[in-house]
Amino acid sequence: MKKTFALIDLDCANCAAKMERAIAKIDGVNEVTVSFLAQKLVLDADDARFDEILDEVIATIRKVEPDCRLKK
Amino acid sequence: MKPKNRLTRRQKKNLFRILLAGGLLAVLEILCLTHTLPDVWYWRLPFFLIPYLAVGFDVLRKSVLGIAHGQLLDENFLMSIATIGALAIGEYPEAVFVMLFYQVGELFQNIAVGRSRNSITELMEICPETARVERNGEEQEIDPGEVAVGEIIVIRPGEKIPLDGVIVEGNSALDTRSLTGESLPRDVAPGDEVISGCLNGEGLLRVRVTKPFADSTVSKILELVENSTAAKSRAEGMVTKFARVYTPVVVGLAALIALVPAIVHWISPATLPDAMGMVKTALIFLVVSCPCALVISVPLSYFAGIGSASKRGILIKGANDLESLAKVDTIAFDKTGTLTEGSFQVSGVYPVGMSEDQLLLLAAAAEQHSNHPVARSIVAAAPKNGLIVVENLEEIPGHGMRAMTEGKVLLVGNARLLIREGVSLPNDQSKTMGTVVFLALDGIFCGTIVVSDVCKPEAAGSIRDLRALGVRRTVMLSGDREPTAKAVCEALGLDEYRADLLPGDKVAAAEALLAEKQGTFVYVGDGTNDAPVLARADVGVAMGAFGSDAAIEAADVVLMDDSLARLPILLKLARKTRRIVVQNIVFAISVKIAFLVFNLFFPNLWLATFADVGVAVLAILNASRAGR
Repeated sequence: MKKTFALIDLDCANCAAKMERAIAKIDGVNEVTVSFLAQKLVLDADDARFDEILDEVIATIRKVEPDCRLKK
Repeated sequence: MKPKNRLTRRQKKNLFRILLAGGLLAVLEILCLTHTLPDVWYWRLPFFLIPYLAVGFDVLRKSVLGIAHGQLLDENFLMSIATIGALAIGEYPEAVFVMLFYQVGELFQNIAVGRSRNSITELMEICPETARVERNGEEQEIDPGEVAVGEIIVIRPGEKIPLDGVIVEGNSALDTRSLTGESLPRDVAPGDEVISGCLNGEGLLRVRVTKPFADSTVSKILELVENSTAAKSRAEGMVTKFARVYTPVVVGLAALIALVPAIVHWISPATLPDAMGMVKTALIFLVVSCPCALVISVPLSYFAGIGSASKRGILIKGANDLESLAKVDTIAFDKTGTLTEGSFQVSGVYPVGMSEDQLLLLAAAAEQHSNHPVARSIVAAAPKNGLIVVENLEEIPGHGMRAMTEGKVLLVGNARLLIREGVSLPNDQSKTMGTVVFLALDGIFCGTIVVSDVCKPEAAGSIRDLRALGVRRTVMLSGDREPTAKAVCEALGLDEYRADLLPGDKVAAAEALLAEKQGTFVYVGDGTNDAPVLARADVGVAMGAFGSDAAIEAADVVLMDDSLARLPILLKLARKTRRIVVQNIVFAISVKIAFLVFNLFFPNLWLATFADVGVAVLAILNASRAGR
């Protein structure tokens, strides 16, 4: 399943790149793009565990940039 | 409509903090210079901490959170260490200045990115907020998403068309500028299709909706543009990789520089190096180690370029496509509908023993009831007055028309028809492209009319422009027969052509060209029947996509109108963007490295901060140039 989310208060381009790398390592993530300019996250992950993976993604985002939130 | 280019509340707050800290810093500097503030740390540090914390508390907070999350080389952390280090060695004003300038850079970056994002979302204005639908004999204003296919919507003068549909009543001229970049209004009448996103002119229109909002042109375009930054350019990938190595290396060097004096002292206790100076150099390394300006400037340039293109009716699906377009080597074109108008027109009238008008009138009289495109084009070309009356109109399948006029037999059709009826033909068979219609009256050959698909008026000029821009090879791929393909190829000045191609052959021809290319292979088509070729090419360009979903899906670049003149514009834009990206990368990296070397000898925190933020600002300003 592929879904797009808005990222709020994503402030730095390098953080976006770091986020992307960290999320790509999460188990079950097929593909992920974090676009700093569009302030968007496109996540392609396993259908069966999507919600679970999404929670992990949110946790990862918070680790890289504490103030950044993901809007579902 | 939200006012653009206005600062957000958060940006205003940050600006206020910067101004406040800047003012305090200036006052404290004066107090120090006049020795009003005693030159001892327990007096000065608390005072300088006020502006320092005012401008930097969030950076400190984030860096603490970062450490807790194991994000060691995050830029907040680097800035915190650099400034705390400066405070520790007694460089109070420098510490405040570094933090202050870092925040100036961040604010500037934030504003610049916001602006360029706005320039793309300006396209959002094509998105209508409401639709006026006719239900139970009344007009209701509802969300366009709630209108069903088949319902009738009313569009008043000056309103945006909310959904794709067909006009059932009313005439008007549509302003399609926001979609196609074309400033000439498009005239529409009942029966014509209208596309959502256009602005209605003077007339009131009643339109039957043909597509739900989610599938309408406007939704497709917005989706495409919004996702255009997801596909990243190679340059961006390169820079992110560089940043990944650069930061740890510079931080490592900083640690080394700070440790060197201690080690030297330990090895030979007699020498006492300038420990303060070394620490300062190390701190400067930390300041300069933030890679954000570099990382942001590449996608920002492409983003600006894509935005600029979309204003000109060119939709680009990804930064990688714009990047590839800068190195175009071979362009292949579809013929019908791409290089030519795709509609038949009378291109030659060759009467024998009568006037051109007379010949056209005779042909039109015989063909007036036919629906064949060739027949229709002849009727359209004939004079509107003086229609000749014909009787006993009879179609001879595969040959043409036979009729009686004023007691004479009129034959209009191909050469076979005239031969069948025993009319002797002149020897010189026309070699021109297109379909030749023969006429005979009363058993005597009286002329030919040539009907052909004409080249687009801008085609030859655009191909010249493309060649001037360094496109090495231009090829036409056509399903048409050899003489027609050859004539079009010569008329337009293309390098090569491939004729008699079936759709499958086109893919094979494209693959052969792909194998021989030296740069990027671009295919330009109308997107309706050549989707496989569009997909196979490095960059597939669909033109005349005005209202065609299939084209929007298949291509990498979509030209909203069907003018070939957009191609040179697109290529120039791609080149310009590429140039800016290279400039930014070279400039930012070389200035950073130059400063690192310079600081080994003349450590100065003021200058280092100024230079680092300056590079960022210049790179961002340069990037936004791609949007102009």
